[in-house]
Amino acid sequence: MASPQFSSFYPDFLVQRIWERCIKCKRCVKECSYGVHVWDEKKKTLLANDSKCVGCHRCEAMCPTKALVISRHPSDFREHALWTPWHIKNIYKQADQGGVLLTSTGCAQPYKNYFDHLVLDACQVTNPPIDPLREPMELRTFIGPKPESLEIERVNGKFRLKKKLPPLIQLEVPIMFAAMSYGAISLHVHQGLARAARDLGTLYNTGEGGLHASLYEYGSNTIVQCASGRFGLHVDYLNAGVAIEIKIGQGAKPGIGGHLPGEKVTEEISKTRMIPVGSDALSPAPHHDIYSIEDLRGLIFALKEATEYKKLVFVKISAVHNVAAIASGIVRAGADAVVIDGLKGGTGAAPVMFRDYIGIPIELAISAVDKRLREEGIRHRASIIASGGIRNSADVVKAIALGADAVYIGTAALIAVGCTMCQRCYTGKCPWGIATNNPELIKRLPPDVAYEKIYNLVKGWALEIKEMLGAMGINSIESLKGNRDKLRAVGLTEKEMEILEAKHAGE
Amino acid sequence: MWLLNEKIKEMSGCGIAGIINVKGELVPGDLIIKSICCQYERGNGLGAGFAAYGIYPEHKDYYALHVMAQDKSALEKVEEILAHKTFVNYKEPIPTKKVKTIKNAPLFIRYFVKPKFDEGYQMVCGEDEEDNYIVSLVMDINEKVEGAYVISSGKNMGVFKGVGFPDEIAEFFRIDEYKAFIWTAHNRFPTNTPGWWGGAHPFTILDWSIVHNGEISSYGTNKRYLELFGYKCTLLTDTEVVAYLLDLLIRRHGLPLQLACKALAPPFWMEIDEMEEEERELYTAIRVVYGSAVLNGPFAILFAYNGGLVGLNDRVKLRPLVCAKKGDFYYMASEEAAIRTICPDPEKVWAPKAGEPVIVELEKGVIPNQRSYIEGRPKEVEEDALRIKCQYIPLQSS
Repeated sequence: MASPQFSSFYPDFLVQRIWERCIKCKRCVKECSYGVHVWDEKKKTLLANDSKCVGCHRCEAMCPTKALVISRHPSDFREHALWTPWHIKNIYKQADQGGVLLTSTGCAQPYKNYFDHLVLDACQVTNPPIDPLREPMELRTFIGPKPESLEIERVNGKFRLKKKLPPLIQLEVPIMFAAMSYGAISLHVHQGLARAARDLGTLYNTGEGGLHASLYEYGSNTIVQCASGRFGLHVDYLNAGVAIEIKIGQGAKPGIGGHLPGEKVTEEISKTRMIPVGSDALSPAPHHDIYSIEDLRGLIFALKEATEYKKLVFVKISAVHNVAAIASGIVRAGADAVVIDGLKGGTGAAPVMFRDYIGIPIELAISAVDKRLREEGIRHRASIIASGGIRNSADVVKAIALGADAVYIGTAALIAVGCTMCQRCYTGKCPWGIATNNPELIKRLPPDVAYEKIYNLVKGWALEIKEMLGAMGINSIESLKGNRDKLRAVGLTEKEMEILEAKHAGE
Repeated sequence: MWLLNEKIKEMSGCGIAGIINVKGELVPGDLIIKSICCQYERGNGLGAGFAAYGIYPEHKDYYALHVMAQDKSALEKVEEILAHKTFVNYKEPIPTKKVKTIKNAPLFIRYFVKPKFDEGYQMVCGEDEEDNYIVSLVMDINEKVEGAYVISSGKNMGVFKGVGFPDEIAEFFRIDEYKAFIWTAHNRFPTNTPGWWGGAHPFTILDWSIVHNGEISSYGTNKRYLELFGYKCTLLTDTEVVAYLLDLLIRRHGLPLQLACKALAPPFWMEIDEMEEEERELYTAIRVVYGSAVLNGPFAILFAYNGGLVGLNDRVKLRPLVCAKKGDFYYMASEEAAIRTICPDPEKVWAPKAGEPVIVELEKGVIPNQRSYIEGRPKEVEEDALRIKCQYIPLQSS
């Protein structure tokens, strides 16, 4: 006799159908990629299997008569502060199947979110706020190593540079799109990101899944990634973008490599990644050519050699305890930018234990890294790019005031194209057509729609950032960088404020 | 007595005035007093000050340190440091007069000094080393000696400032008895931390002196940037960063004055994008490299050095600044009236555009130790930061 599957006894969600509204059009059956809704031909009625529901709300959103309501299942366990339903159900799952608990997106535990304990400043009387509707307001940002000073000469009565600047990447808005591989997300989303990056004057990141042939034309807005699995990596790929990102780690799963379940490896993905159809693409935890900091230097310069020093090399790490020292080593190893991905950083697939319990919050990491690089006199040698849990334009402003040059957004961009945070990307069945490669499902999100939504989001954020800068009385983003004066803490301890170098509100 | 423990950045609105004679002719203090007092309404009695260039010809080769001390014990500590680190050629109390409205005035002493380097080094040192030595000496005293501050430290120049209206401060320091080829003055309207003598303008480092009307919204960024180069902002006011930025950009990095001003108040990207290639590269580089030096927020500043007077507005001109010329004289002030009261018929009067510096230098060779920054000069040679400034051992590797 098969053993009972305890985990199926207690569904997370309840599917409720308002029968007076239902016209039995069967749209829900078609929409649900998890097989929750079933048409019972015999009884001529619709059935729903709650235990399969992931809470993506696709059926509810698409139902023409709004006959469906998806809510948390009211069935509950006896209250217990320690053994919450989440822990109980996780144990059932593992007892049923063995193995590692998988999930997606970023950390779901309610750690203190430092962004929410920092408030911003605005001008009153003693200096005037600047109105971005009437005055120029500048967000242009340059990524890459900068000299500490300039040498000027006078030729024919005019001043000019004696030595030109090294190659830098110019961003019109300090928000870039984080690494999300083709495979983890659909080609349509990639196309949308690439186009949006081009029109916004920023960059998107291929992730470690290689670059689809149709996206080479967006090269000047592309960061290509070189991760431990080296999927889809060849010299044309390295030369395709303006920067190469060496991914050492990811905020959602520090210390382990990427996961792309075989279910998501279709024909096209297999071509781009250069792996067989249907095979799991599991990147090793370390780069097998980087076992120490000098090996990283070796790889940075191998990539620079391969691309004739025309491309910048970023190094991405997850924010871990010793992040400041590691970042310093990375800058000394020759990286042009350090990407720090915090505890709240998202993913397409990660073990729950990693996503929720490993790494440190990005706010503390930015401040620590910025401080360390300044103390060592090497801050100008590399840009700091922060990512992980940036939810709105105020978070962007705070990250920059803490010392970041620019930020990456990932989850926010996916929510912009319809993601409802059901956290099941790893199944490859995303009913919204985002984190899937199923040819039927990806049709639900055409590239044009993806482009428009992502473009609108960042455009809106850029406007808000301009408004906030203007309110602070500054008209250029460089005057915000590392400007702790613009931050005040609300409800933080002395130690936290010391690390963030922010005063408490009222001080 | 002083609110030294409240590490709060000061904010203020203000009136400013400046006079320069390009032939180096000495002008009596009455003129500048009249000009700044004309802008009485721009202050509230909580701070005023004067900077005068050319006032110590008999000590022209010595750094004139004006020290302000809360009490004798603070002064003793300063003297101990000076005895250790400098050769004091001459010292005297700064002459003052009793003014009824001025209470609790600190002690003011001036020292004329030369750096005392380690043995053997003395012979090989040039002006740059001496200047740097004095900068770090001033930083040291200001940071470490409680209740004492070096308020000016240039050669043949000095700053006189305190809490009061400009006429009171002028009377207190007997400004009318000095003659200078450059004068600047300030009338202050602070909006917090009143009663702090060190918070009055001008602010100085070496012979740079700054008077400032405005609030620097980028203070936090500027301060952190300056800390990278060893400057410590101790005077609790945003104007201090302007003095240090000028010292860094012009004296240490050797930027031509015009470009240093452009680093502080840069053109907008939309203007830069329209420039010819070479100019565009230059301005892009200035903004990329000196982004953290941008003075953002409303300001009109006058800054002077042994050789020139410069007026500069913020990049959108949120504070007033008017300039005028007559003969060998140039005048700058917050209000035209302040100029006309001492020069009723100028040849030319104009309001400088946002971010466009007005640079007036003395004619060549008219004063001792004259400096000119129009051309810029090679950057001070510094060891690579990676090699000398490392306080931490990088990641262990084996």
